[in-house]
Amino acid sequence: MTTPILRVQELKKIFSRSGREGFAAVDGVSFDVGGGECVGLIGESGSGKSTVANLVARLLDPTGGRIYLEGNDVTAADVRAVCRTVQMVFQSPRESFDPRRTLGDGVGESLRNAGQSAAEARAAVAELFEAVGLSPDFASRYPHEVSGGQCQRAAIARAIAIGPKLLICDEATSALDVTVQADIVALLSRLIRARAMACLFICHDLALAQGFCDRLLVMREGKIVEAGAADEVIQSPKTEYTKMLLDSIL
Amino acid sequence: MTAPESMTRKRSGGRTRLFLFGAAALLVVAGAFFSESLCPYDPYLQNLGAALEPPTAAHIFGTDRYGRDLCSRVIVGSRASIFSTLALVAVITSFGTALGLFCGWARGRADTFLMRVSDLCLAFPCLVFALAVAGVLGGGLHNAVLALAAISWPKYARIARSQTLAVRETDYLKAARLAGCSAARLAVRHILPNIAGPILVTAVLDIGTMMMELAGLSFLGLGAKPPMAEWGSMMSEVRGLLQTVPWAVFAPGLAIFAAVLVFNLLGDAVRDELDPKMKGR
Ligand SMILES: Nc1ncnc2c1ncn2[C@@H]1O[C@H](COP(=O)(O)OP(=O)(O)OP(=O)(O)O)[C@@H](O)[C@H]1O
Ligand SMILES: [Mg+2]
Repeated sequence: MTTPILRVQELKKIFSRSGREGFAAVDGVSFDVGGGECVGLIGESGSGKSTVANLVARLLDPTGGRIYLEGNDVTAADVRAVCRTVQMVFQSPRESFDPRRTLGDGVGESLRNAGQSAAEARAAVAELFEAVGLSPDFASRYPHEVSGGQCQRAAIARAIAIGPKLLICDEATSALDVTVQADIVALLSRLIRARAMACLFICHDLALAQGFCDRLLVMREGKIVEAGAADEVIQSPKTEYTKMLLDSIL
Repeated sequence: MTAPESMTRKRSGGRTRLFLFGAAALLVVAGAFFSESLCPYDPYLQNLGAALEPPTAAHIFGTDRYGRDLCSRVIVGSRASIFSTLALVAVITSFGTALGLFCGWARGRADTFLMRVSDLCLAFPCLVFALAVAGVLGGGLHNAVLALAAISWPKYARIARSQTLAVRETDYLKAARLAGCSAARLAVRHILPNIAGPILVTAVLDIGTMMMELAGLSFLGLGAKPPMAEWGSMMSEVRGLLQTVPWAVFAPGLAIFAAVLVFNLLGDAVRDELDPKMKGR
């Protein structure tokens, strides 16, 4: 057995509001993501999907449970320790770029932080922009000067810049309109295959999840209520909740 | 980017104002810097034979009770008033911002403690504190600036903290953290530029306020000491003579009024320029 890229065990996150009893946004979640595998995380709004993503990317500290990346325990690690392995694409492309910095700055930042010179980073950024189907001129633009779809392409370029093993897409297409969505999904799926990345794909659109993912995890109120091969989960759901999710969308 | 026409016009109007008042403020500061060479007379030269003269062609603001030329004293007084104020505002802005940014970023106990301290400072009447400082350290312009600084930084700390709290929840900050930025780089390159707007506006608007407060402390004898030329203490020296020699009070009063006005207008212009609603995005 090869070690999975990501292993999450009994993960728990309680948001405590001062004075009141904590609220368990993630409540004992366990799953694996194997190398090159694409796992979908679906569930209604507020079920804790983004919280799982932020915990795995080490942007939040878990209350309990363990997170392993390539077999290493990173439960208490700093973001900077995992950011070469895990990267993330966020839901709203414009809000994921610093409004006062150019797209090129944002895309090249991880390379600069990894010790590349400005010139090296600039060359790499130009290549990355080509790879996501943007003209390298976009590097000098500000987030408010490009369309949502172009901005999301830049965000994808930023996420793959450092060569991560695991890409987390937190509703990366939900904020885009339908035609652009299809382009971005095609781009993502091409890049994931070409660069042999594993993917944790958070998504509302079950048809999209079925097409994009090998396996699906269904979340409800912080727990995984169903897991299985994507086609199986969609075609013969075992729980009422998944059936309801399917009915409400299809 | 094409902005609606009305918006462009409004913005360029704002720009003009910004440059106009910015230039006026620069002029005031430059005037204060070169004040010694700008004075027609030695501002400290006493001439008791010509005491309390009304404005004439030779002394356009008249003379004070020691016969010193008021115009020269007002010009030289600008140095004490304006540079102390600018230094004061620079210190409280950078200190308050650094502290607020730290609190907003670190949160936890350090944050709670420092914010309680700032509450304490905000609740303390400025005058009482200045009196206490003057009592312990003695009077003088330096100590007045110290007293005001010790009590005025919390405003900046609060703004910086609340802005930092907002910025730290944004996706672009998460992305920057995922890019492997160090805490220092996050603070300097991502947080500071995004919280600087409101802080800058507050700072420029505060120049006028602080100038008034400093002059007020000097007027009460807690700031600049005679014979140092400073607008507040100049007014204080002749306050008993308001009815008989009004020009002696008028000259420094006018100077304070004009300087405060220039910096307040500049503050308004900066605010309009940086107001997010006016931005072309
Ligand atoms: N910082 C926080 N403090 C307190 N509660 C939070 C915080 N972040 C998230 N929550 C709560 O945790 C729960 C799960 O949130 P999460 O963002 O993970 O949901 P989600 O499944 O991503 O939903 P959506 O599909 O709408 O994005 C929600 O009820 C939310 O209110
Ligand atoms: Mg979410």
